[in-house]
Amino acid sequence: MSSPAPQPTTGPTPAAAPTTTPADAAEAVVVRGVERIFVGAKGATVTALTGIDLTVHDGEFVSLIGPSGCGKSTLLRLIADLDEPTEGDIRVFGRTARQARVDQAYGIAFQQAGLLPWRSVAANIELPLQLHGVSSADRKARVAELVELVGLTDFARHYPDQLSGGMQQRVAIARSLAERPRLLLMDEPFGALDEMTRERMQTELLRIRAETGAAVVFVTHSIPEAVYLSDRVVVMSPRPGRITDEIDVRLGEAAERGEDLREDAAFFAGVTAVREALHGPQAAAAAGAARGVDVR
Amino acid sequence: MTTTTPATRRARRWRAVLWGALGILALAALWELYKLVGPADGWLVGAQEGVTGSGIRLLPRTSDQAMPHTWDMLARAVEPVTRASGARPLGVVVLLAALVSLGVAALGWLVGVVVGFALALLMLGFRIAERAVLPFVILSQTVPLIALAPLIRNWGSRLSFGDFSWQSWMSVVIIASYLAFFPVAVGALRGLQSPDAAHLDLMRSYAAGWWTTLFRLRLPASVPFLIPALRLAAANAVVGTVVAEISVGFSGGIGRLILETAVAASSDPAKPWAPILGAVLLGLVAAGFVALLAAFLTPFRRQETVA
Repeated sequence: MSSPAPQPTTGPTPAAAPTTTPADAAEAVVVRGVERIFVGAKGATVTALTGIDLTVHDGEFVSLIGPSGCGKSTLLRLIADLDEPTEGDIRVFGRTARQARVDQAYGIAFQQAGLLPWRSVAANIELPLQLHGVSSADRKARVAELVELVGLTDFARHYPDQLSGGMQQRVAIARSLAERPRLLLMDEPFGALDEMTRERMQTELLRIRAETGAAVVFVTHSIPEAVYLSDRVVVMSPRPGRITDEIDVRLGEAAERGEDLREDAAFFAGVTAVREALHGPQAAAAAGAARGVDVR
Repeated sequence: MTTTTPATRRARRWRAVLWGALGILALAALWELYKLVGPADGWLVGAQEGVTGSGIRLLPRTSDQAMPHTWDMLARAVEPVTRASGARPLGVVVLLAALVSLGVAALGWLVGVVVGFALALLMLGFRIAERAVLPFVILSQTVPLIALAPLIRNWGSRLSFGDFSWQSWMSVVIIASYLAFFPVAVGALRGLQSPDAAHLDLMRSYAAGWWTTLFRLRLPASVPFLIPALRLAAANAVVGTVVAEISVGFSGGIGRLILETAVAASSDPAKPWAPILGAVLLGLVAAGFVALLAAFLTPFRRQETVA
């Protein structure tokens, strides 16, 4: 592909051109005119994403929300270069998605913690560092920092099967932070957790994010989760997957957001705004504040 | 589960040994019991009165000829093999032969494991190879061993360069490995393909190459699939060795000894049982060896307990 170095250009950049403006290099993620079409077994095509334009600023927390099949996970996978767009261009810190992956510009966490069962907590967190040839002493120091960051210092020698789901997910988050990435990609990381654990993990994620200052792209199908965590909520809709709305919900600095925020009027206003964007104003009114697709 | 102390673990091990010994005693007791109650000539079913030779005889007979006493077998094992002076006790001869067979079987197992693993890697690396090779791997096991043995001996005997000339034990190794490679190839392939998509995505996100993914992810993940495959391969290698020794005509092993002592069955009924028990012992040792190997790989078997 093209060189990873930013190429200064003048004037507006055409959507599909694989060039990078200096301004782009300062952004964490720039997605332009991306389309992803899956080809089925008998030549049948499914348009998973179409006409996606999205910019995530450095240090910004952006949630992708939408019903199943709206392509939010696909978009995340495209940014992570786990999949390639059929059309369009994706830049991560001014580099191509592929270069960003090779350079380890992002950390990633999935719905399943995806820990290696034969490795202890410490060894799991250490994995990316080990793969990239970090010296043993440096690895040890970094792992010690990370287990403390996620509050698992006493469990460093435990194995994944000895941990609860919430603890496993914390290990996965620590692992995604191992390389000190400026960007975190998270695909419903709390989707498999129970309500109480989930709320605690959300608060913890805000704290971790405040400490690292990394930008986050967070896929979820929970409206309150998106509102509670995000600076901006990107609403998507299916068939074909596209972005229908973007809502600024910045509820104060990440570090200052606490549990009481969940009962704040601004929080409910944000939830209502996202719900209306998802279902349209009539549907939101009819459903009321207590009911909805997914109020978790 | 994971909360066992060394003391309870030791107690459990002793209990396992005790149960094992009890099982052998129970088997011997069953043998003696049937010998005591069963008719000496077996059961005659549907015989007509006064018609000789009618009806069907159900085995086994319980005569000393067909079912010698267990203690007779033990006593025979201590006595010399033949009346020739200076002959070694039968038990010693059997053990020595079993040791020879064990060596050949181990070599066959090793060759089988290496070949099986290489095939699994090939099939993992190239989808086309999986489609092309796997049917032949399965087909290979339908060829009867008896048909194969003379063929391999024949081909082998034509091989000779320099000081090297084909020995009959090499044919036995080849045949044993032919039986051993199959479970390894199939088991290893399943194991290497076992990591889920999330793990593979993770390795990709780390920009890890094929070999790194193989060593850090696929190989460790294959262990729970590999151990049963190795155990099967060991059993197959032993069976292959015993049968191949007979059909290739390799003397010195337990298979040949079974054949030789069987000839003496009518005059010395306890004698052929010694090498049969020797072959059983051989199988147990082979299984024990794999269990030992599995013990070293315990850390990689954690996932078996993860839901």
